Amino acid sequence: MQKKVEGSLVALLFAGTAFIGAWWGAHAWLPSLASRHGAGIDAMLRYLLLTTGALFVTGYVVLAYFIWKGSRRDAIGKRFASRRTERLLSAGLGLTMAAVAEGGVLAIGMPVWSEYFDAAPTGDAIEIEVTAQQFMWNVRYPGQDGVFGRTDPALVDDTTNPLGLDRNDPHGKDDVIGLNDITVPFGRAVHVRLHSKDVIHSFFLPNFRVKQDAVPGMTPEVIFFPTQTGHFELACAELCGLAHYRMRGTFNVVSQKEFEEWLRQQK
Amino acid sequence: MATPAEVVQANGVQTFRPAGVPTHDTRGFVRRFVFSTDHKVIGIQYIVTGLLMAIVGAALASLIRLQLGFPDQQWPLLSKLLPAGYQGGVMLPEFYLAVVTMHGTIMVFFFISYVLVSGFGNYLVPLQVGANDMAFPFLNMLSYWIAFLSAAVLIFSFFVTGGAAAAGWTAYPPLSALAAAVPGSQMGQTLWLLSMALFIASFTMSGLNIVATVLSVRAPGLSMMRLPLTVWSYFVSSILGLLAFPPLTAAAVMLLLDRHFGTSFFLPSGLIVGNKLVPSTGGSPLLWQHLFWFLGHPEVYVLQLPALGIACDILPAFTRKPVFGYRTSVYCLMAVGCLSMIVWGHHMFVSGMSPFSGEYFSLATMTITVPMTIFGVNMLASLWGAKLDLKAPMLFVCGVIALFGSGGLGGLFLGNATADMQLHDTYFVVGHFHMMIGGVTLLATFAAIYFWFPKMFGRTMNETLAKAHFWLTFGPFFTIFFMQHFLGLQGAPRRYYAFTAYDYLRNTRGQNLVISLCAFVLVSSQFLFLINFVWSLVQGRSAASNPWRATTLEWTLPSPPPHDNFGEAPIVARWAYEYGVPTPEGDFATQTVPAASVPVTA
Repeated sequence: MQKKVEGSLVALLFAGTAFIGAWWGAHAWLPSLASRHGAGIDAMLRYLLLTTGALFVTGYVVLAYFIWKGSRRDAIGKRFASRRTERLLSAGLGLTMAAVAEGGVLAIGMPVWSEYFDAAPTGDAIEIEVTAQQFMWNVRYPGQDGVFGRTDPALVDDTTNPLGLDRNDPHGKDDVIGLNDITVPFGRAVHVRLHSKDVIHSFFLPNFRVKQDAVPGMTPEVIFFPTQTGHFELACAELCGLAHYRMRGTFNVVSQKEFEEWLRQQK
Repeated sequence: MATPAEVVQANGVQTFRPAGVPTHDTRGFVRRFVFSTDHKVIGIQYIVTGLLMAIVGAALASLIRLQLGFPDQQWPLLSKLLPAGYQGGVMLPEFYLAVVTMHGTIMVFFFISYVLVSGFGNYLVPLQVGANDMAFPFLNMLSYWIAFLSAAVLIFSFFVTGGAAAAGWTAYPPLSALAAAVPGSQMGQTLWLLSMALFIASFTMSGLNIVATVLSVRAPGLSMMRLPLTVWSYFVSSILGLLAFPPLTAAAVMLLLDRHFGTSFFLPSGLIVGNKLVPSTGGSPLLWQHLFWFLGHPEVYVLQLPALGIACDILPAFTRKPVFGYRTSVYCLMAVGCLSMIVWGHHMFVSGMSPFSGEYFSLATMTITVPMTIFGVNMLASLWGAKLDLKAPMLFVCGVIALFGSGGLGGLFLGNATADMQLHDTYFVVGHFHMMIGGVTLLATFAAIYFWFPKMFGRTMNETLAKAHFWLTFGPFFTIFFMQHFLGLQGAPRRYYAFTAYDYLRNTRGQNLVISLCAFVLVSSQFLFLINFVWSLVQGRSAASNPWRATTLEWTLPSPPPHDNFGEAPIVARWAYEYGVPTPEGDFATQTVPAASVPVTA
């Protein structure tokens, strides 16, 4: 009797876990979406939530059933499954898993990955250079001439010349430099070149489904296309030191007109 | 004249005790219990050391959850207890990072590796292959004492200037290379690296020993396909350890050189820290990540496989039938072992590595889910048609199966580059790896302790306390790390001291509070285990030689087994899962029961 009660309780634990878990997982968790390629990432995430959610519930319910049933048996059932059953189960489930996992990656994942990484900068993409440092984001626009001025680490002074801009380079004269605040015009692709002055940071725009490490010594680039105007948050996603948790920036998508106005004010 | 037992110790050669020779170690206390070469003593030394380290790791976890659950609260008492970490009752961010780093390092390397891999590996492998000791007993002793030193160095690092290492358990340079980058990157990081190098040296010795023991000192009749899955899993995981760990030793030495001798393996030119130009040139921070994860990914299987193997061997004792698909499971272990060496890049999808590598690593990672799924299903199917006895070890094994399922499914999200772009370095990752290398291994460790405690100490643990321990462990554990997956989907980055600086993380406040409360229940309920462990050691009912009516070789010996185990080599007649057959003992036959008295079924 006690055995049966215990069996039922343990079965209830796992079955209950499955259903409460599924209920919790079915909430809308993702931050609101604001980029074009992000729709593909969201599709991938939703596909995975659905398929793995179904597998999770099925697995836990089967486990619960086996426990419930097993604690009521006085003798074991068949000692061995037939070779055939064994093979079918392994191969069947292995293939299902492969289909779910590889299928999703190939069918949904790869196109998004290529869209994101193979996207050549469109002619009118807005060019931005973001240089991370403990614990802020230096932002630079190339200005009217569309060319970034030369920089040199030897010229860096954190208070007077945080990027080490060469004042003698004519291209650098019109560069617009800001801090923690990125503003881009709506309707154009955004092309960000990432740098880091000190340690590894990670440029994370949760609403745009963009995350790219800023690695010192390298210049990773990201290109994406905003689909919403508004003010969004920029977070650091790679441990960079003691103020990592508040290395916050803002990412503003505004109309072309507002953008031009804003850019003028930066002078 | 040396006794045969000593001959075994000295030469590492399998010799057997002739009848009439005493079965216990006759040497003095120090050689028997401190500098022992007996694999059983060494195994228990590892287990006890690992459990002590786990107490430190759990205390650190409590500090983390205290901060994240109550970010605005002040704790005057903690300021008194830990004046270097708390000021005015508020945790310092640099102390938080040191705590996070040390929690991870201790739990992965100094708890799970010590208790589950080295501890139970040492204790079980020679017994289950019918050997009188490891192939190299002296090397084994050396391995333990180096491991002990490594743990001591790590603990000592809390007390140096700047505090313990604070660059995360992954220790990415330049953060971990430059003393000015974070306080923990002063002396603490150096000691962390030294401790790691010692740990790897010790772990390599222990792995080498396990591989040699399985290959060379199996009892007559014990072919590879008759080995229990526990031994198989230790065998595969030790091979992985041997292949994967040396690169991290190299990386640790290189990072030490970068830190103290002016090299730039991991430091590019033009770094500016604290408004000063660092004189490094030409190194690559990504090199460290490749070396680290070349170890780091196989490492998770080094920890995971023994947990699964142990679960498979505990299962049949409580289902009273053979495990499902033994052969397939063995092949899966081999396949996982091979594949685990070629998937490390899935930790680096957004690191700046080539996107083409990202595509490759996605596909390879998805491939590894196939053998792992089959293995998981085999565990689940082992319950099919069972006559189930839900004793404490079995409850924990059910928990292992459950967490392996949910944790594994989470892996599908992170293993593919597209979804990982959003989830990388968020709490989704934290939830996922805690389910797998945290939960599966933790529950398997408890299952193993409850299961083999009678064999180790000749006493039985209290069943009621053990069951209560399960109920109070599984629920909170699952809740904590399941919820963390969804924190990750909301975009909450890991290693944050607080989530208060961001508007989009406002809503995570309540979730973090619930997680913290569950964490406190989880940590407190572990006292049930500690009390049970210590009390049973002194007061527990004395155990029979085979209390679970199990079939593997260790159960043919008295509890605890004598110093030189079998004395005369056992003759193995069958595989490890002869359950559910009518025999004079009931429904099972140990591996030594001759084929003449009970037919061999596999």
